[in-house]
Amino acid sequence: MRLPPWLAVVLALIAACGGDGGRDGGTPAVLTGAGATFPFPLYSRWIAEYQARTGVRINYQSIGSGGGVRQLSAGTVDFGATDVPMTPRERAALGGRRVLHVPMVLGAVAVTYNLPTVPRPLRLSGEVMADLFLGRIARWNDPRLAALNPGVALPAADVLIVHRADGSGSTYILTDYLSAVSAEWAAGPSRGKDVRWPVGAGAKGADGVAGLVKATPGAVGYVEAGYARQHGLPAAELRNRDGAFVAPSAESISAAALGIPAASVGTEQPSLVNAPGAASYPMASFTWLLLDPARARRGATRALVDFVRWALHDGTPVAVALGYAPVPAAVAARVDATLAALRASTAPGSAARGALPREGGA
Amino acid sequence: MTATARRGDRVYRLATGACAASIPMLLAFIAWVLATAAWPAFARFGAGFLTTGTWDPVRDAYAVGPALLGTLVTAGLALAVAAPLAVAVAVYSAELAPRVLRTPLAFLIDLLAGIPSVVYGLWGIGVVVPALRDDVGPFLRGTLHLGGLPLFAGPSFGPSVLAGAAVLATMILPFVAAVTREVLLAVPRAQREAAFALGATRWETVIDVVLPYARGGVIGAVMLGLGRALGETIAVALVIGGQHAFASSLLAPGYTLASLAANEFAEASDELHVAALMAAAATLFALTLVVNAVARWLVGRVARRGEAT
Repeated sequence: MRLPPWLAVVLALIAACGGDGGRDGGTPAVLTGAGATFPFPLYSRWIAEYQARTGVRINYQSIGSGGGVRQLSAGTVDFGATDVPMTPRERAALGGRRVLHVPMVLGAVAVTYNLPTVPRPLRLSGEVMADLFLGRIARWNDPRLAALNPGVALPAADVLIVHRADGSGSTYILTDYLSAVSAEWAAGPSRGKDVRWPVGAGAKGADGVAGLVKATPGAVGYVEAGYARQHGLPAAELRNRDGAFVAPSAESISAAALGIPAASVGTEQPSLVNAPGAASYPMASFTWLLLDPARARRGATRALVDFVRWALHDGTPVAVALGYAPVPAAVAARVDATLAALRASTAPGSAARGALPREGGA
Repeated sequence: MTATARRGDRVYRLATGACAASIPMLLAFIAWVLATAAWPAFARFGAGFLTTGTWDPVRDAYAVGPALLGTLVTAGLALAVAAPLAVAVAVYSAELAPRVLRTPLAFLIDLLAGIPSVVYGLWGIGVVVPALRDDVGPFLRGTLHLGGLPLFAGPSFGPSVLAGAAVLATMILPFVAAVTREVLLAVPRAQREAAFALGATRWETVIDVVLPYARGGVIGAVMLGLGRALGETIAVALVIGGQHAFASSLLAPGYTLASLAANEFAEASDELHVAALMAAAATLFALTLVVNAVARWLVGRVARRGEAT
C-alpha cells in the first residue's frame, strides 16, 4: 500500500512531535544546556560523539558561567554549566531546591608575564603573588622575587598587573587562591568573579589580557592554563602547599583533585586551590555541570546522568587530546556512585521528586 | 476646497504627527526603562554613586565617580585637540584648497568619518598604546622632566586615560571636519563676494565673514563630536585600561561609563551589580542629554546674535 505524499508528511510530523514530549520517563528529543565557555570545545566534542553513539541530542550554548546559573535557576534549560560554584546567595534564591554540581573536567589558571630577559620559567610563591597583585612589589628586581629565583637576573622594570575587566571564572580561581594564601588579600579584594583590584590595568577577555601582557614588557597577568599553552605564553611555576614549584600541566592539575578527598557530586563544592600533594598545581578548579532534578523535565535527569557517566569514563581520551585535565579515576568513581543513586531515584515509577532530600533543613 | 481634500489633509497631519510623537515617546521609554532598572543602585548609594570611587562587586559597593570623571576628561581632551584641527581641515578643504584637491579631500574625510570605531580601537592598541609607552611617556618624564607633576606621575605602560583621549580625538576629528565642511559650503557665495569686493583677503574673508556666518553650524558640529566622544564604547574600552580609581595621572589606567557597561554587563549576574551598570548607563544618558541641551542653547544664542548684527 502506498500513502499519498501529503499524508506521509503529516504522519512524519506527528511522529516527530510525539518524540518531543518525553512522556513515560522517555528521553526528551533534545536536551538543552547553557553556561561556561571554558569547557565548551570539550563539551561540543563530547556531545557530537555521544550523539553518534546513542542518538541522544544535546544542545549546549556557551553563554558564560553566570548565564548558566541564571538559566538553570529560571528552569529554562535542562542543565547548566559553570566554572564557579554557586554562591550562597544564588543557592538561597532557589527556594530550597537542590542544584547538584557534577565535576566534569579540570581547569587551572596560569600566571603569564612579559620578561624577555628571564630565560627560565619565573617562580612565585602564594605570598609573593599576593604582594604583586596588592601592589606591594612595584619592581621586578624586588628581593622577595629574587629570593624565589636564585641565579636569575630580574630586570629593574616596573610591574604592571593586568587583570580581567569583565567578570570571569579565571578571576575567581586566582582570587580564591590569593585569599587562601594571604590574609591581607582575603580581607581586601577577597574572592569573586570580579573584585576591586588595588592596582593594574583591566582588559576584556583572555585575549585582551594576553594581548596586553605580550605587548608590555614588565606586565604580569593570568589566563586559563589551556589558553596559555595553546598560545605559547610563558607560565610561572607556583610553589604549592608542599613547597614544590609546579608548572600547570594536565598531570599537576589532575593531581590537585586527588588531594581533596571530598570532591564529588554535591550542592556545595570544595575548593581545589592550594591543594595538598607534592605534584599538585595550586590554582586548579573543577568545571561543573549543574543539575536540578526537582525541576528537570521527566527523563532529562536520567539521560544527562547517562551522558555524564559516559563522558567521565569513555570521554577521557577526548579530554586529554584537547588539552583538558581529566577528573582522576578515584574522583570519577565517587561521582559515579552518587549519580547511580540519583538515576535510580528518578527512574520511571519511583517517587522521583519526593526521593530527593531538600536543602535548608526542610 | 473639497471635503475629500480636507479629510486627506487631516489624515496626513495625524499620520505625520504620530510619527513625530514617536521620537519623544521613544526617549521617554528609554529613560523610563533605564531609570527602573537603575533604581535599586541609585536608591542604595544616592549621590555617592556619582562622587565616590569604590567599585567592589564582592561587597556590593558600587560607585562610578572615576568612570564619570574619565568620561568627562577623555571627551574634553579629545574635543580640545580635535575641534580646532577639524575646523582648520574644513576651512582648507572648503575654502582654500585648489579645486582639483577639494573632491578627493572631501572623499577622504568622509571615508575616515565612516570607519567603524572598533577599527580606531585596534589602531589605538597597535599604535597609540605602544607610542605612549615607548615614546610619549619617556619624553614627558625624561626629556621634559614633568614626572613630578601629578598629571604625568607614575609609570606609563600605555593603556591610559591619555590613550583613550588620543583615540577619541582621532575618531571625532574627521567626523567634526566633515560636518563643518558642509556647514561652510552652505554659506552663500554672495557673502564671500561682498567681502572680496570690499578688498578683504582670502584669510580675512574666512575669519571675518564665512566662519562668523557659519558659527551656529560649527558649534553644532563640535557638539555632535562631543556627543560621540562621550558615548564611544568599544574604541575606548580597548585602550583605557579598565581600572576603577581616581588617578591624577593621565598616564594611569582609567575608565569611562560606556566602556564600563560594555566590559562588565555580560558576566554580571548579581542583581545589584546589574542595577549599578544600568545606573552607569543612565548617568551617561543624562550626561548626553545635558550636553545636547547646552549645544542647542549655544547654537540658538549664537544664531540670534548673528541676526541682530
